[in-house]
Amino acid sequence: MLATLLLVFREVLEAALVVGIVASATRGVTSRARWIGSGIALGIAGAVLVAACAGWIADALSGSGQEWFNATVLLAAVAMIGWHVVWMSKHGRELAAQMQSVGRDVTSGARPMTALMAVVAIAVLREGSEIVLFGYGLLAGGSSVPALILGAVLGLAAGIALGVMIYFGLLKIPVRHFFGATNTLLVLLAAGMAATAAGFLTQADVLHHWTAPLWSTDWLLRDDSTFGKALHALIGYTSQPSGMQLLFYGATLVLLVAGMRLVSAAAAKPKRAAMQPPVAT
Amino acid sequence: MLRLVLIALLAAVPMAAGAADVPEFTLTIQDHRFSPAEMTIPADTKVKLIVVNKDATAEEFESHELNREKVVTGNASINVYVGPLKAGRYPFFGDFHQDTAQGTLIAR
Repeated sequence: MLATLLLVFREVLEAALVVGIVASATRGVTSRARWIGSGIALGIAGAVLVAACAGWIADALSGSGQEWFNATVLLAAVAMIGWHVVWMSKHGRELAAQMQSVGRDVTSGARPMTALMAVVAIAVLREGSEIVLFGYGLLAGGSSVPALILGAVLGLAAGIALGVMIYFGLLKIPVRHFFGATNTLLVLLAAGMAATAAGFLTQADVLHHWTAPLWSTDWLLRDDSTFGKALHALIGYTSQPSGMQLLFYGATLVLLVAGMRLVSAAAAKPKRAAMQPPVAT
Repeated sequence: MLRLVLIALLAAVPMAAGAADVPEFTLTIQDHRFSPAEMTIPADTKVKLIVVNKDATAEEFESHELNREKVVTGNASINVYVGPLKAGRYPFFGDFHQDTAQGTLIAR
């Protein structure tokens, strides 16, 4: 039971942190529960599907299908986060101003909620498929079903509790700084995902440059500690990053920050001339 | 735009053929244990690990020190490229059965 609890907790933790950040970043969107709920549901369905096809995925592309699959969905999530933070850098200020003046939720207008739904779905899918494979193995191996269920439920609850904690923690940030803070978290999340994708492509021997670890911070924080896992999910912490991972990390940071700056500068210029009321639905 | 840049970034990294002269080493999983539990591989050389799972259920080959994780389904095998590694000990484990599935790669 303890093994189940720990494995489920570790997998759920990573997904729950992503969901917690997305939930707080979409503060003020009236329909966000539906979007995030759909993302979680799609992710669970996808996890079962991926687990069922695990053998086929692994054998695809001369044995490197699993790495390609992981890297592709991670980079897709990076692109989705990029789309959202760039959009927010254009509209975030208006949103914050409206929330302050009206004192209640505002609708999102054309906000790219599908992008964040996809990010949630991908996070749940990646972590969930491992839980499914693990649980199926235990069942097939004749483990006691009640103990399995109890461990899974406790692990799930503990993981979700941490996701809820980060959500309420983020909500304490003053509205003025709120979207800046959640945008920063999303950018770091994306950079971490890109670095993880680089790790998978290195493992598959698709990328084979700068594969050696640049340093080791094992003495400070191990990857397999709970805090290390949480930091991995949040900002992509890994105690022994390769040069290629660092390159992906840095490139993502530079691209997203540059995109946000460009769009926000362009949005600031014609502001007075063409100030439009927010789209209300 | 972002996706284009990412694709360009991927494409910019030379994808040389390679792989032909990479030495191969086989690890077997049976009864949720690795055999051999300790395996020596050459240091400063890229190697291809072939992980053969003889159990009916899935396992995940994982190592923090090697920065690797890959699921291997029941009665199947996977390839994992590691290295070039500096001389040293690199523990690995089966994520789904950590109490028994433990092993170490020794690069020398």
